[in-house]
Amino acid sequence: MAPALCAICKDARALIIRPKNHQKLCKACFIAIFEAEIHHTITTTSLFSPGDRIAIGASGGKDSTVLASVLKTLNERYNYGLDLVLLSIDEGIKGYRDDSLETVKRNAVQYDMPLKIVGYDELYGWTMDQVVEAIGKKSNCTYCGVFRRQALDRGAKMLGIKHVVTGHNADDVAETILMNLLRGDLPRLARSTSIVTGDESSEVRRSKPLKYAYEKEIVLYAHHKKLDYFTTECLYSPEAFRGSARSLIKNLERVRPSAILDVVRSGEDMAKLVPEEVTGISQCKSQKVSLSSADGEDEAAGGCGSTSGRNSGGEMADMEKRLKEDEEASAREIDVSAVAATAPNGQPHDRIAKVEPKKPAKQEAGRKLTRQTLGTCKKCGYMSSQDVCKACVLLEGLNKGRPKMEIEVSAEDEESSTLRREMEGLALAAG
Amino acid sequence: MTSEDKISILVEFTGGLEMLFSDERKHKLSVPAKDDKGKAVTVGWLVDYLCEEVMKDTRKEMFVLDGHVRPGILVLINDADWELEGEASHALQPNDNILFVSTLHGG
Repeated sequence: MAPALCAICKDARALIIRPKNHQKLCKACFIAIFEAEIHHTITTTSLFSPGDRIAIGASGGKDSTVLASVLKTLNERYNYGLDLVLLSIDEGIKGYRDDSLETVKRNAVQYDMPLKIVGYDELYGWTMDQVVEAIGKKSNCTYCGVFRRQALDRGAKMLGIKHVVTGHNADDVAETILMNLLRGDLPRLARSTSIVTGDESSEVRRSKPLKYAYEKEIVLYAHHKKLDYFTTECLYSPEAFRGSARSLIKNLERVRPSAILDVVRSGEDMAKLVPEEVTGISQCKSQKVSLSSADGEDEAAGGCGSTSGRNSGGEMADMEKRLKEDEEASAREIDVSAVAATAPNGQPHDRIAKVEPKKPAKQEAGRKLTRQTLGTCKKCGYMSSQDVCKACVLLEGLNKGRPKMEIEVSAEDEESSTLRREMEGLALAAG
Repeated sequence: MTSEDKISILVEFTGGLEMLFSDERKHKLSVPAKDDKGKAVTVGWLVDYLCEEVMKDTRKEMFVLDGHVRPGILVLINDADWELEGEASHALQPNDNILFVSTLHGG
């Protein structure tokens, strides 16, 4: 069969079929269009400003390696004026992270970027190996995820950096949208679609410049550019629900490659239906980030000041009352309420008797929309949507020698409802 | 079987798949030019061959699911997406380079 020619240059042999539109491209045109699209994402969302210092959350894996490579290329090509730094988290998993960190160290040399490594050990006094020894393999992903998110913030703060970019790709975003959809968690769904999280009240913003990039294209980009990345599965068991969502996405992609971006777009459209008061993010952000507010002076004010940023956690009941009265919100809420009404016993709350009712409004009948507001943790002072962040709650449990069960479902992390169920089991076994 | 009936190819595994194949990234293979029905061997045939003859790991489902290469694993034939080359029906040529890349591991 005669080799297909590139649809753009009509000259070189096509090597790639783009999942989103079946376009057949040669290597050079593929690399060019992949970079141009990331540039488009960055410019249309006003993701960066000249002079910004950006920490790239670098694991040594394909996504963050491609992110670092592309950002370096674009920064030089289009004069973004960014100061790029690699920020790596050492979870303390022997035989896994120590190898991938070697990759990051090589990347730092290859891309001529400074590298900062922060360890769970120094931040929390626990390595993941020790955590798993204490709690077993069942819910360790939750600990690791909660710790990592905060570790990125803390690493960025150590560097005096206010913006962390991560390598989350379109497949990851689609997977998270599906998980939140399947859990009926619209507030979190809305947040997960946003290219930037964190607003004027947060000290460290996070963004996902690769959110429209297919995992397949990321891997092909890394392959064709011969990037040095690390691939080994984490030694500890992955979360089953996420794994199922992942398989579903990959199966859909095989039948209909555009499905991944379609899910991302559907998620963005659904996010618009979720009232702003519930998500804690302004509506415009899911499409277009208003940097005037996100880059505002509030950010420089430091941790404590930001708790007064929007609404404090204690106003939950008021908030929900107001929501009902708010005509505009209730109009938007129609679909949301319908979902809520048909979700029988969806709340893991129902099943746990020992949960301390820190926020009584949430424990009342039925499923209510819970508002997500970024504030700071009373204990450690880092970003949190609750009074005490989940990292501190988990840590307290670890330090007491026994996991606690007070994790709020409304928090940002993806796994907390699963955690609750698993914690329940653990507590029973331990008791 | 004489050497004329064999073709040599290079099979590579990356993206974490190498762990299923004795942690070896590159496998130089000499495979029969014809299958047991006398037809030229294809990439589809190769996938079965790899499962049966090369993979020591018992977790076949991490490579093949429901008779197909597992979704999320990219196959490149001489650096081109195998969809451009007829996918599983591509007839193996001497010195073909067949690369299997997993997109499923590590993030």
